Amino acid sequence: MQASTHTSPPAPTRETRRNVRRFARRNRLQIGIIGVLVLLWLFFLALAPETFGQRSIYGAFMQSVPFFGIVAMPLTMLVIARDMDLSFPAVMAFSVTVFVLLYQSTQNVVLAFVACMATGFVLGLLNGLLVVYIGIPSLIATIGTQFFWRGMVNVATNGRAFPLTELRGTPFRELMVGRVFDFIPMQMFWMLVAAVIIWFLLNRHQFGAHIYLIGDNENSARLMGVRVRRTRCLMFAVVGLFAAFAGLLTSLEINNFFTNLGEGYLLIGLAAVFLGGTSVFGGVGTVLGTFVACFIIASIQPAVVAIGWSGFTTQVIYGFIIIVSVSMHAILRRRMI
Amino acid sequence: MEQPYRLELRNVSKSFGEVQSLRNVDLRVGMNEVVGLLGDNGAGKSTLIKIITGYHQPDSGEIIFAGQKVDNLTVAKARALGVETVYQERALADQQTLWRNIFMGREITGRFGFLNTKQIRAETERLMRGELGFTSSAVSASSEIVGFSGGEKQGVAIVRALYFQAELIILDEPTMGLALSETRKLLNFVRDIKRAGKSAIFIDHNVFHVFDVADRIVLLDRGAVAGEFRKDELTLDQLLEKMHHVAETGSLD
Repeated sequence: MQASTHTSPPAPTRETRRNVRRFARRNRLQIGIIGVLVLLWLFFLALAPETFGQRSIYGAFMQSVPFFGIVAMPLTMLVIARDMDLSFPAVMAFSVTVFVLLYQSTQNVVLAFVACMATGFVLGLLNGLLVVYIGIPSLIATIGTQFFWRGMVNVATNGRAFPLTELRGTPFRELMVGRVFDFIPMQMFWMLVAAVIIWFLLNRHQFGAHIYLIGDNENSARLMGVRVRRTRCLMFAVVGLFAAFAGLLTSLEINNFFTNLGEGYLLIGLAAVFLGGTSVFGGVGTVLGTFVACFIIASIQPAVVAIGWSGFTTQVIYGFIIIVSVSMHAILRRRMI
Repeated sequence: MEQPYRLELRNVSKSFGEVQSLRNVDLRVGMNEVVGLLGDNGAGKSTLIKIITGYHQPDSGEIIFAGQKVDNLTVAKARALGVETVYQERALADQQTLWRNIFMGREITGRFGFLNTKQIRAETERLMRGELGFTSSAVSASSEIVGFSGGEKQGVAIVRALYFQAELIILDEPTMGLALSETRKLLNFVRDIKRAGKSAIFIDHNVFHVFDVADRIVLLDRGAVAGEFRKDELTLDQLLEKMHHVAETGSLD
């Protein structure tokens, strides 16, 4: 084989072919999910051309997907490390409550924004501390904090909604959820930024390297000196931070803060993570997978309606997708070990 | 003047709840010495190792590296002092790539903790072709180690220990699950440690392997040191006899 690279001309193509194969094997999950997206899109385009042939539906996707997509990406990190956060919708709502109350009393939007982000970070960190230092499994701990912070939102606001119409036309709102060229919503830009940040953290930073190791084999990671507790705590804090940001985007977009903010995002956010190829068993998952899966999840409902099926079908399809993707992982994993 | 030991444990004890794993253990490893650690299951070998590597903290006693007493030893501190370990459980992450495994817990980073993936990959590639002896072009620094054989995985764990310029290498049951030829390679590797002027603690359930490569043998029984011998003081048969005696009576005499 080695000698042939010097003598025979077809060697480079063989080399290329091998590299392509290797690339395909290594990125099979990401290639798979992109393939699913393209196939579904062609399918929808064929069955409902009057909807999927128009640009307005893509504007609608870009407007609404970031609201849960921005949390789904840091959530991917958490799931890779075999943790879970069910409290992010409540963290969204509580962080925005802090924003609203502070903005109303001080009229200082920068202060309110910073406090909102800090709140998200701290609530996330609290999740992490409960999980790591008290030792409650994250699934249970975040059910608790979810109730607690949602309750605190209602206590603080008396269950009342707050209009954010005052912020209309301000540079702050334009920056957060304005439209570029009258078409592309700024939140789509922020979702891309979030994707890039999380991608770098996971793939090019020690933090992400440790997340993969913890998810794969926590004991090995600890034996080799990975600071498991600190990494896990930080991970939860990052999810909280992004949840606060996404919550703020959502409220600004609709010019209103409702106390049930985020309630529809829990399951579709998680569905996107699992559909995107992140394994519940830990150690495996990609940002690209989750990013693409967010759009797949979001396209199902309008597609179902446009094709003329009953809207009730949507949930059936969601359920089917989640069961299939998680089963696929279980089977792949069994084959590996 | 007496040369300090590479590592000295004085009066180390450790309990887990009700169970006392180690009782007043004294252990010395010379500057260029291979110490074989023998003992039955539950004798405390693994606990002792995990204390030396900073994974567990002793309840009492002193840990001294090259004449310097060290308090609150952590995994990171132990490493900085030149301790590297090949764990019985191998401490690998199966679904991760070779480079992530080799540099586990101490990735080469630049500013702000960003990985220097280029250097990490290049180093991994070099170790693979050199020390690990992987020649197949199907394996690269980005291969997941899940398909590797037991020997290859052990090789990864050993190369990882070597790469970081260890002064004291601890091998915890390294021959477990290895084929014969792989075992021979491993024993040669322990001899290389000695030749390179470094030290090692070698733990194995197989007395023959330990007797083969160790300069000195320490017998551990029920959490305490039951005896210590220089290899030139006794024959393999005598050692086996003593081990049986210790196992039955709990003491040497």
